[in-house]
Amino acid sequence: MSEQTTSTAAPDTTTGGGADLHIVDVTKRFGSFKAVDDLTLTIPSGSFFALLGPSGCGKTTTLRMVAGLEEPSAGRIVIGTEDVTHKKPYKRPVNTVFQSYALFPHLDIFENVAFGLRRSGSKDVRNEVEAMLELVELSTYARRKPTQLSGGQQQRVAVARALINKPEVLLLDEPLGALDLKLRRQMQIELKRIQTDVGITFVHVTHDQEEAMTMADTIAVMNAGQIEQMGAPMELYENPVTTFVANFLGQSNLIKGELTGRAGGDATLQVQGQRMAMPTARVHSDRDEVWVGVRPEKMQISRAGTPVEGENSMTGVVTDASYIGVSTQYLVNLPWGQEVSIFAQNLSTEGPLSAGEDVVLHWNPAHTFALDATQDADAGAEKVEGDE
Amino acid sequence: MSAAPVPGAASAAPADDVARSVGTKSWTPYALLSPGMLWLAIFFLVPTVMLLRMSLSSGSAFAGDGTFSFSWGALQWGNYGDAVSKYVIDSPIFQKSLIYALIATVLCLTIAYPLAYTIAFKAGRWRNLLLVLVIAPFFTSFLLRTTAWSTILSDSSIVVQFMENTGMLTVLHAINTPDSWPTWTQIFPDGLTGETRVLQTPLAVILGITYNFLPFMTLPLFASLERIDVRLIEAATDLYSSAFTAFRKVTFPLSLPGVVAGTLLTFIPAAGDPVNAALLGAANDSLMGNAIDAQFKATGNYPLAASLSVMLMVVIVTMVALYVRRAGTEELV
Repeated sequence: MSEQTTSTAAPDTTTGGGADLHIVDVTKRFGSFKAVDDLTLTIPSGSFFALLGPSGCGKTTTLRMVAGLEEPSAGRIVIGTEDVTHKKPYKRPVNTVFQSYALFPHLDIFENVAFGLRRSGSKDVRNEVEAMLELVELSTYARRKPTQLSGGQQQRVAVARALINKPEVLLLDEPLGALDLKLRRQMQIELKRIQTDVGITFVHVTHDQEEAMTMADTIAVMNAGQIEQMGAPMELYENPVTTFVANFLGQSNLIKGELTGRAGGDATLQVQGQRMAMPTARVHSDRDEVWVGVRPEKMQISRAGTPVEGENSMTGVVTDASYIGVSTQYLVNLPWGQEVSIFAQNLSTEGPLSAGEDVVLHWNPAHTFALDATQDADAGAEKVEGDE
Repeated sequence: MSAAPVPGAASAAPADDVARSVGTKSWTPYALLSPGMLWLAIFFLVPTVMLLRMSLSSGSAFAGDGTFSFSWGALQWGNYGDAVSKYVIDSPIFQKSLIYALIATVLCLTIAYPLAYTIAFKAGRWRNLLLVLVIAPFFTSFLLRTTAWSTILSDSSIVVQFMENTGMLTVLHAINTPDSWPTWTQIFPDGLTGETRVLQTPLAVILGITYNFLPFMTLPLFASLERIDVRLIEAATDLYSSAFTAFRKVTFPLSLPGVVAGTLLTFIPAAGDPVNAALLGAANDSLMGNAIDAQFKATGNYPLAASLSVMLMVVIVTMVALYVRRAGTEELV
């Protein structure tokens, strides 16, 4: 952004605006269906927060309750210190970037962006809109109609239209869902840049785990109206606490095992007669029956007989090898009939192992996690592209 | 974009393809249009030319040998002069037709907009039933329904009694064109209603028109309201609009195509309608439709009737053109 004459009208970038958003014991029922089930969540001011989950998990309903477009059946929503639970949407310090944008087709881009300012009686609509259009790099399109813009441009207008009102919290409902992959990548970076520039709290709803991980500093994974796990992207991915998170965020190999000891920092496991080790901090089960989890890229694959020292290991037979350039994806059949997948970098010069070869799989014990075995091992694995 | 080493060669083939496919199929749109075009030519274009020709002819169906003569050398512009002096200046039937139609159109819009809005946004599972109810009157004859209104508005009816008791009739009767005004402005010389009656007064005719054309207003309004994405209204409330502001700034502008279509479908036929005035109006209170009807059937003065028709047509087309231009629907998506 240029820092000359327009800077006075530009969104206030110095204070790191925004307020904490508290969702306290919120439940939303539609008839007998509980879309959101006793949800409690605090989103600190200035953060880029993602609500991630599959269709129908309640993430959009949560967002709409914050926006005031749905009323909670129970619970409170507090922005900063102000309880907004029963406030009309137009009285909340919140703005929304709608799914598929909802730009006003009868107004040009300038008037779309100016819409909120005109309602709140701003004195300097012209300069503020021009500064905002500059921020989203659409100054030359001010007099076009929304339909004359590309998807990515419309998306930026939608962001500008919401941001110009300097809300305490900006809500984004699947904002990139309508864009193609390439443009989506570009807009992810763009949105992140805008958020850093304006410092407002962003709450971003998405079913795309990669999108959530790229942009957000905190992710809450939602399932069936509740939060499964919340944390930094890396924490969620590296150390999932439920099978749903393990499967929904990336892929996981989950193998039935038993905890035989968890003394001190190291726990011991028995997996199909094989002894294994792992850090106790990564055990997320009170019971001894566990799913032993390892991410496919954390497993290494070697020809049978390769010595593995100080690592967890098991043997198997390659059933499928798909060479995809940056890596090779293997399916390996374990002696007890289970199939696991491995993503191996193509570091060797001899080319990938081929189907039918006997192999040994091994990984660093610190990459192991253990989850309560009463959970469904396939929870969250079915990732359906689409909206709620 | 990614590599495009031989742009000429690459683009030539598809362009050729497109040209050929368009070329071979170019008759298709005309073939599809032809039945409609033929219909319009036979039943609109030819009659319009005949009407124009008749409006500049002389003769009468009931006098002399009952034939009409038309000659380019002696165009009877006097027919138009007669039409203006009789139906605009001596008695303001022409103006009255337009004003009745205008009032009825405004009434229709006032009634139909909330109705269509309710059906489109609030009716839920009752929506289809309500739509059927809007169209239901079409299952009975237009004449019959209009006649029924003469019962509804008869002097002893509850409606009229109520209007009389509440003093509404006194107010409506007081709305008139003062005697001191020139003849050509005398549209309601005896008030909008009588002191004690509604039937055979201007209001009865206006109510009849309003009732009969209500579905023509409701349906286009519903069609354009129903197409509005509710997320746009949500977006407006999210951007600090109260429900009313959201309506004023988003819903109403987006429903304008329906408003334009509805008002045209109401106003145009209403301006030439003879039935309501004949069945509900006073005997001496005729509109353009009745005047044209009388000149054709009672007097046999076809040239005068034709020139009245042409006059009405030209004025309506001009008004509509100005209106559509002003409403600016082409800017809407």
